Amino acid sequence: MNEDKFPGHKVLPYILITPSIAVIIIFLIGPFIQSVYTSFFVSTTFGTKTIFVGLRNYIRLFSSPDYLNSAVVTFKFAAFVIIVGLSVALAIAQLLNQKIRGVGFYQIALIWTYAISPTIAGVIWASMFAPSTGLIPYIISKISGGYTLNWMTNGQLALFIVAAAATWKMLGYNIIFYLAGLQNVPDEFLEAAQIDGANPWKSFWRITFPLLSPTTSFLLFVNMLYAFFQVFGLIDIMTHGGPGNATEILVYKLYRDGFIHLNTGSASAQSFIIFFVISVVAIIQLRIITRKAIYSR
Amino acid sequence: MTRKTRHEIFIHAILILLIIVLAFPVFFALVTSTLSLQESYQYPPKLLPGNQFMNNLKEAWERVNIGRLFFNSTLISVVVAIVKTILALLAAFAYTHFKFRGQGLLFSMCMITQMLPLPVRIIPTYQLMANFNWINSYYALMVPFFASTTGLLLFRQFYMTVPADLPDAARVDGAGPMRYFWQILIPISKTNIAALFVIEFIFMWSQYLWPLIVTTTREMRVIQIGIKMLLASEQIAPEWNIIMAATVIAMLPPLVVLLILRKSFVEGIAMQTAK
Repeated sequence: MNEDKFPGHKVLPYILITPSIAVIIIFLIGPFIQSVYTSFFVSTTFGTKTIFVGLRNYIRLFSSPDYLNSAVVTFKFAAFVIIVGLSVALAIAQLLNQKIRGVGFYQIALIWTYAISPTIAGVIWASMFAPSTGLIPYIISKISGGYTLNWMTNGQLALFIVAAAATWKMLGYNIIFYLAGLQNVPDEFLEAAQIDGANPWKSFWRITFPLLSPTTSFLLFVNMLYAFFQVFGLIDIMTHGGPGNATEILVYKLYRDGFIHLNTGSASAQSFIIFFVISVVAIIQLRIITRKAIYSR
Repeated sequence: MTRKTRHEIFIHAILILLIIVLAFPVFFALVTSTLSLQESYQYPPKLLPGNQFMNNLKEAWERVNIGRLFFNSTLISVVVAIVKTILALLAAFAYTHFKFRGQGLLFSMCMITQMLPLPVRIIPTYQLMANFNWINSYYALMVPFFASTTGLLLFRQFYMTVPADLPDAARVDGAGPMRYFWQILIPISKTNIAALFVIEFIFMWSQYLWPLIVTTTREMRVIQIGIKMLLASEQIAPEWNIIMAATVIAMLPPLVVLLILRKSFVEGIAMQTAK
């Protein structure tokens, strides 16, 4: 597949990749190794000395209720963002993929929210949901006859609203990819299924959905990274991880422990745990994509 | 009315409803940005615009120096998007047009980037910035973001579909690899370049955690942090009208980039999805 198109240029390829590789070694792999190393140490109160403690930072984390709570919160949050986000996006993309007029207009009108930053999504939702003064609590109180929606005191509700805001922001992105994926599903497949008497629901699950699996697995990974990291600003603006620690996702706890409480050993261990989780998902994702590549050969 | 047209009208209706629902939060932000403080706290909440936008913007501008923050965000987003694109183009060219020792290993190193987002190496990267004396500088805001797996994969996939006659013809004509790269490969990559620019610009514009950590003075903050500063500086209740004026400004550049390049962006993604 990959052959030498310019034989005789032995040094050039190395020169071409040097900038990328240099950035990766200096700013990614180097610091990452340093981070793993640091995770086996604790620093003394004044940061003057570090002491080797082996796996103690990790053991501490796994026996800390705060950390386990943060892991559960992250899991719930990511599950909501991924499951709700991907299903709604796929449903909308499916609607867009019908042969109707004005698809170009609908496409841009439904995806432009992708350009909104998580922080901005957070501030807008915070204002819409502002307890006792915001628009949504007002509407809910009108409809329900006096119910006060105060998510500043209700952890589960806060997590739900934060997750909904995060999902809203990512919807445009997911729609673009699903629509692109749907447009690549060959019409003949669906027509053949129709002739065989399959209803649209059945042919969606039997044909379209399996053919979309590379797109789905790619989006799964991207949305996981989004739910793990990029929503930091949204959480910081909307809840600061509260009430209590109901919305304290792992990256927020990492930031607090590493940069506010200056507990670098523990924060480094937390970094490694997050790395481990995303690597597992990344590998599964790659497997699914390569499998597809083998089919199409 | 035939069954088919009725079906189509039904789809149009749902899509329009969806557009309204999805756009509503932004509409609400726009309205709030035009109200006076009093109007923004009116009960029931107002849904019709007022005429205070310029006043609110002026107030936000003075409180957190929006102009400067806007400039910082624009600068880092443009520079990072361009540098990332260039590095990705060069690397993709090397990996698809040459055979060299250690290719597989070096490619895997680039792929690892995907698994090492900033938060999993944040403390040592911060210490590195301190060692370089880069804290509170544009270098710290930009350089750690220069590597891009997204871009490498995007261009690599496209270059693997380029017919082999193209480099062969160039070689026969006596063009060296770099001339082929600039005069043939880059021009046919325009759509992908535009798509990547959109993705990376929006990605950088959204950065929040890293700028929060590596910048220390108000002049070096980015606009996302400015909004947080407006929200946190309030003594009693948030002045949503002023915050939303800043928010509207902060929303514009990525939106403009997306709208201008939307055709290439959508096509570029379609190309990536098609295997």
